[in-house]
Amino acid sequence: MILDSKIPAGPLAEKWTKHKFNSKLVNPANKRKYEVIVVGTGLAGASAAASLAELGYNVKAFTFHDSPRRAHSIAAQGGINAAKNYQNDGDSVFRLFYDTIKGGDYRAREANVYRLAEVSVKIIDQCVAQGVPFAREYGGLLANRSFGGAQVSRTFYARGQTGQQLLLGAYSALSRQVANGKVKLYPRSEMMDVVMIDGHARGIVTRNLITGAVETHSGHAVLLCTGGYGNVFYLSTNAMGSNVTAAWRAHKRGAYFANPCFTQIHPTCIPVSGDHQSKLTLMSESLRNDGRVWVPATKETAEKLRKGQVKVNDIKEEDRDYFLERKYPSFGNLVPRDVASRNAKYVCDEGRGVNETGEAVFLDFREAVKRDGKSIIESKYGNLFDMYKQITGEDPYEVPMMIYPAVHYTMGGLWVDYNLMTTIPGLYALGEANFSDHGANRLGASALMQGLADGYFVIPYTIGDYLASTPPKPVDTTHPEFEKAAAEVKSRVEQLLKIKGKKTVDYFHKKLGKIMWNECGMARSAEGLKKAKAEIKQLKKDFWSDVKVLGTNEELNHSLEKAHRVADFIELGELMIDDALSREESCGGHFREEYQTPEGEALRDDENFAYVAAWKYMGENQEEELYKEPLIFENVKLTQRSYK
Amino acid sequence: MSWVTKTLNSTLGKKLLMALTGLFLILFLVVHLVGNLQLLLPDEGEAFNKYAESMATNPFIRVVSIGNFAFILLHVIYSILLTRHNRKSRPIGYAESAASTNSTWSSRNMGILGTVILIFLLVHLKGFYYEIKFGEMPFIDYEGVSYKNVFAIVAAAYSNVLYVAFYVVCMGFLAFHLSHGFASAFQTLGLNHVKYSPLIKKVGIGFSILVPTLFALIPVVMYIQSL
Amino acid sequence: MQLTLKIWRQKNASDKGGFVTYPVKDVSKDMSFLEMLDVLNEGLIEKGEDPVHFDHDCREGICGTCSLYINGKPHGPLQTTTCQLHMRSFSDGQTITIEPWRAKAFPIVKDLVVNRSAFDRIIQAGGYVSVGTGGVPDANEIPIPKNIADLAMDAAQCIGCGACVAACKNASAMLFTSAKISQLALLPQGQVERKTRAEKMVAQMDAEGFGACTNTGACEAECPKGISITNIARMNREYFSAVLSSENI
Repeated sequence: MILDSKIPAGPLAEKWTKHKFNSKLVNPANKRKYEVIVVGTGLAGASAAASLAELGYNVKAFTFHDSPRRAHSIAAQGGINAAKNYQNDGDSVFRLFYDTIKGGDYRAREANVYRLAEVSVKIIDQCVAQGVPFAREYGGLLANRSFGGAQVSRTFYARGQTGQQLLLGAYSALSRQVANGKVKLYPRSEMMDVVMIDGHARGIVTRNLITGAVETHSGHAVLLCTGGYGNVFYLSTNAMGSNVTAAWRAHKRGAYFANPCFTQIHPTCIPVSGDHQSKLTLMSESLRNDGRVWVPATKETAEKLRKGQVKVNDIKEEDRDYFLERKYPSFGNLVPRDVASRNAKYVCDEGRGVNETGEAVFLDFREAVKRDGKSIIESKYGNLFDMYKQITGEDPYEVPMMIYPAVHYTMGGLWVDYNLMTTIPGLYALGEANFSDHGANRLGASALMQGLADGYFVIPYTIGDYLASTPPKPVDTTHPEFEKAAAEVKSRVEQLLKIKGKKTVDYFHKKLGKIMWNECGMARSAEGLKKAKAEIKQLKKDFWSDVKVLGTNEELNHSLEKAHRVADFIELGELMIDDALSREESCGGHFREEYQTPEGEALRDDENFAYVAAWKYMGENQEEELYKEPLIFENVKLTQRSYK
Repeated sequence: MSWVTKTLNSTLGKKLLMALTGLFLILFLVVHLVGNLQLLLPDEGEAFNKYAESMATNPFIRVVSIGNFAFILLHVIYSILLTRHNRKSRPIGYAESAASTNSTWSSRNMGILGTVILIFLLVHLKGFYYEIKFGEMPFIDYEGVSYKNVFAIVAAAYSNVLYVAFYVVCMGFLAFHLSHGFASAFQTLGLNHVKYSPLIKKVGIGFSILVPTLFALIPVVMYIQSL
Repeated sequence: MQLTLKIWRQKNASDKGGFVTYPVKDVSKDMSFLEMLDVLNEGLIEKGEDPVHFDHDCREGICGTCSLYINGKPHGPLQTTTCQLHMRSFSDGQTITIEPWRAKAFPIVKDLVVNRSAFDRIIQAGGYVSVGTGGVPDANEIPIPKNIADLAMDAAQCIGCGACVAACKNASAMLFTSAKISQLALLPQGQVERKTRAEKMVAQMDAEGFGACTNTGACEAECPKGISITNIARMNREYFSAVLSSENI
């Protein structure tokens, strides 16, 4: 199969407009005859469900949470980008497009990214109309800030809770449609499989998390808005429930998985404090605007520090190594996320890391407090300092913060064409669940933009083109394919409950996480990846013979839920390793140790690797097959990123 | 259901009635207190007896007093309705509570405080209101006009130390009831404002101390005088 | 640290339920409260006992999923969410009582997990601005005074955890409902449906079986986002003026 991205012809700036016009429309009277299944109610899912219901489609919205408002989009702090140019500082759709393509290290599609930048402006209008309380200037107009090293101020924000406010906006639109009867909500329902009829996605199988009932639901199209898979690393900034199951089951039914190894590691997270750690907490990137990153200059000092033989404030200036400022004099502490993260890892690998674990670096505000006064620093970061103090018990005004990188976002995901349709006709992927517009690295404040762009402004147009050529007669859930899929889910449940092994689900999850973090994390090598692959294969065997899942299916059973998810994570982990191994270059969040410049910077190989790697599932325990979608750049010139 | 009954049956509507009747009763307390303080005038009860006579005969005051009874009744009925509703809202309670860390005792026990005040009210009405209206009253002449000698009834009652003690204790309950009720009524009416709410709270506390104290002072002073 | 946990266990909605006591050892002060429960659960599973079910997700204090009534207070001793509560807030040897949110409108699902979909239905009754996707004016065409936007944001911060209901002696949802009514009443975007919204949301709140407000202020004191009862006063104003002046019979 040749991957057809369906990118419309014509000049970049006109592609989307033309495409909208060329897409078929569904007759208004016919829209009510179509049913659309939306899985996930985060930014992408809630906005899509609401928008499609407004158009007249009947929507069924599913979430494993108790309420649509719990989706992890809610945790995004920083903001949302939009090329409004309200600040008159030279922003434009093209500049946002350019920054995003470049930030993604030239591994994203030009046409998709341009469309994203184009609709970004409408998102802000939409959210404001919904009553999202964005930050404002005294004149009453919207405030902006520059974020993540961008040279223009294009980020809209609502304190440190932008994701929350945008999600609640989408949730309110969704709630309105629930009240209208156009959306039927299925909370605490987890999608377990896609149902395919004649090669098209025509429904899903779900498990009711309260009763354990395995249910089938039919529709004319299925939208997966199920987020990212960062929890494959066990420890990440993702919510505990975030999982790959929906996307992975779709993958096993024939949806290609694109660029799975592209994961984003965020540099400013609170370090791990011990084995009990269940998740990592992100501290806003903005801290690097005033904080200075350092570690002790020598291994010996670092060791003394870890043992508590010296106090951090007693370490003299000349014994401190401000490694980012030293290596990147022009960008200093503000280098992009991937660079900052990797360098923190290097100094820790050298034995100069701090904290009891040796896996942390300092983020020091001493100079900023001296320069601006405590009250200024407090007004900027007070809430973050409080949060840090609550979690660690240390006061960042007195001693430097400790930070360490953590998995934060996954750029990879289900392969989709320009219409957001996967390789399964009728099955769409939106938001973080698709392989998206971020290439190999996502810029700050772009995830919210993409989720909402997909849901509010892309899918309502592109889905019509598919549905218009699908007969509106109801899909019958008594079709044998539904029964078959449901039976498979039931047998998998039984299988998990039957193993009655010795190790808990978390044991396997933690083990998988360790393998992934060590070998497929911030730096990867062929040798390590191969070793990891063998370990994961073994882990999968162990899991299916020794996992201990208590209780029954017919009850709320968190272990069982988690067992399903971890089983899928293990399989995904192996694919991520394959992908990382086959991509013999360093780009964005993917850093292969073999491919670096003499100065230790990422070395991209545009000649051989300017493609999207889309993987096809070939069957249980079979190697997956790689399909390449070449990336063609007609509007930007590929350059090497440099922050020296 | 008409919109009026619908509104009054809503939790907010019920609270509205509690607040409005409560505020009226607060106002009544002031008027009542001003009248009662005349008991302490050194005139052997002349001013008080005249005041009592005018209260009993003035048609306007009679209308107000009927309203007053109606408001007391409404305040009680709605407090019962609300308490029942609130109990039903949490059929199974907590095994452990640290409510004292998040709210005042009186705010959580308005029902108990109110019940004591109601009992006091019944005793009070029986002892004075009923006696004056329907009982056999002594009379006294001022400038040739005959008045019911209410003062004598009161003085007799307040010479009983148990009665005085009961009165004083009940005023304590009233103080706690008011300490929450005063500001709470404004909050329920939606009158919460950065500029005025702190003042309302302070006035409420002041009121809840001053008014019951003065009320309690009357029997105490009269008891001492009776010795 | 060593602790004794007294936890409410209830198999399902119809089970009677009761407290079960568990000792836990080797608790680190750096653990979050939920991580301490994770450790307990790993131990229970290893022993073949059903782990304690509790709701949780983001574990960074924003999703509102975690609940737990700890030693007589929603989310425990600090004014934060349970997931942000750390064991250094407790002392060695302490007994900790853990109960589910108790309210008629929040029926228990299992153990410490309750069903808070009543909140969703209150929002569905009117907690939105009825604008469809597209066709809206430019964002800067609606100037909003900064202080008004800030007040709206203060109210909009609600995470829907239900601590207000749990803390209230009447299991009242006034703080939750008023936060949304306030946000939209303050903003110009919410004016069109202002009256109907207040009427419908209050009616739904009552229909769910939440209690009335006694203005004890417990909700505000326990709200992890510090949402003020000023919002309740505003809701009352909105509601009373709506019923008096709207044309909804």
